[in-house]
Amino acid sequence: MDLPTSDQSPSDQLPRDRSTAPTWPDDIFACLKAFEVKQVCYVPDAGHSRLIKRAHADPAMIATVLTTEEEGIALSAGAWLGGDRAVLLMQSSGVGNCINMLSLMTVCRFPLLTLVTMRGEWAEFNPWQVPMGRGTPGVLQHMGVTVMRIDAAEEASETVSAAASLAYDGDQQVAVLISQKVIGRKQWLGAK
Amino acid sequence: MSQFGTLDRRETVAVLLADRGELLVVCGLGSPTYDVFAAGDHDANFYLWGAMGGAALIGLGLALAQPNRPVAVVTGDGEALMGVGGLLTIAVKRPPNLSIVVLDNGHFGETGMQMSHSGHGVDLAAIATSAGFGAVSTVTERHELAATRTMLHDTTTGPRLVRVRIAPGETPRALPARDGVYLKNRFRQSLGYAVS
Repeated sequence: MDLPTSDQSPSDQLPRDRSTAPTWPDDIFACLKAFEVKQVCYVPDAGHSRLIKRAHADPAMIATVLTTEEEGIALSAGAWLGGDRAVLLMQSSGVGNCINMLSLMTVCRFPLLTLVTMRGEWAEFNPWQVPMGRGTPGVLQHMGVTVMRIDAAEEASETVSAAASLAYDGDQQVAVLISQKVIGRKQWLGAK
Repeated sequence: MSQFGTLDRRETVAVLLADRGELLVVCGLGSPTYDVFAAGDHDANFYLWGAMGGAALIGLGLALAQPNRPVAVVTGDGEALMGVGGLLTIAVKRPPNLSIVVLDNGHFGETGMQMSHSGHGVDLAAIATSAGFGAVSTVTERHELAATRTMLHDTTTGPRLVRVRIAPGETPRALPARDGVYLKNRFRQSLGYAVS
């Protein structure tokens, strides 16, 4: 959980000014729709806030807020058992919570697509985010998850599309790490 | 009320899964997986041999994907306690076709019968009630099982949590297949999905 959330103004409601809003979350949403992803589950992160709002607003999607990230691993497995495609949204601090539950996905070869907003790397203010941020790619790879990265906003659509194909068509477990550089610096000082 | 339950776990599960029809079943690791297998192997059983704490959320994903089928998660108190936050997630989503059946002996049976939080007095049924489950019950007597079995087929009034107070004690293991890919594929095939 990302507290305090300060990189968005309280007036950040849909619809918002298209001239200033980042479009990469919309690119990711369009990609999820193209892949007919039905279930979207998440532990909130400020970087995912627009995608979460769009998932809740879409009547064809089921958006589920979780108490902890490993719930989303298990939910993704259950969704697939029942014929649905799922995606798990979280921030890098949540990856550590998922370690043992990832066994479920690799041993049963369940598709897993998770989109991870990174903390603890680019221009991080909070040192408490650094250890898990640094460990995130390694932890995922140790558990058999393929790791992809988005380091520039214009890469979002193609990378998520490639990850979705590998997950849903190739029965693989795939994490897309979204760089803090793409999300933008978190503003800690000044009015919230 | 005595500290622990008295119901026989194998008889309990056999009654709950009798004439199961459309019921889809997810089993928590350890004894509940053995109990469900002992009641009769079925393509629509998804046996867990790991993923402790995840059974209820697998059930949630399945119930949301298959809203017209009744889904029952059969698990133990230790497994349910590890994933207790997931009960809150289920309460928020309110899937009417999902039942969580907790075979509660107050102990971690697979690891040497250490007492669990439930054995120490934590009441999972009370937690489910306060979280906002649609239906919550505690079963202590054999004659209550038949009505409970009927409720598991109701796809309109969940989510439901049933705490079944079973007797502590060892039961011989009954071991289903452990190959996860096989278990996944046969489950999906039973719902009409081809193997990829």
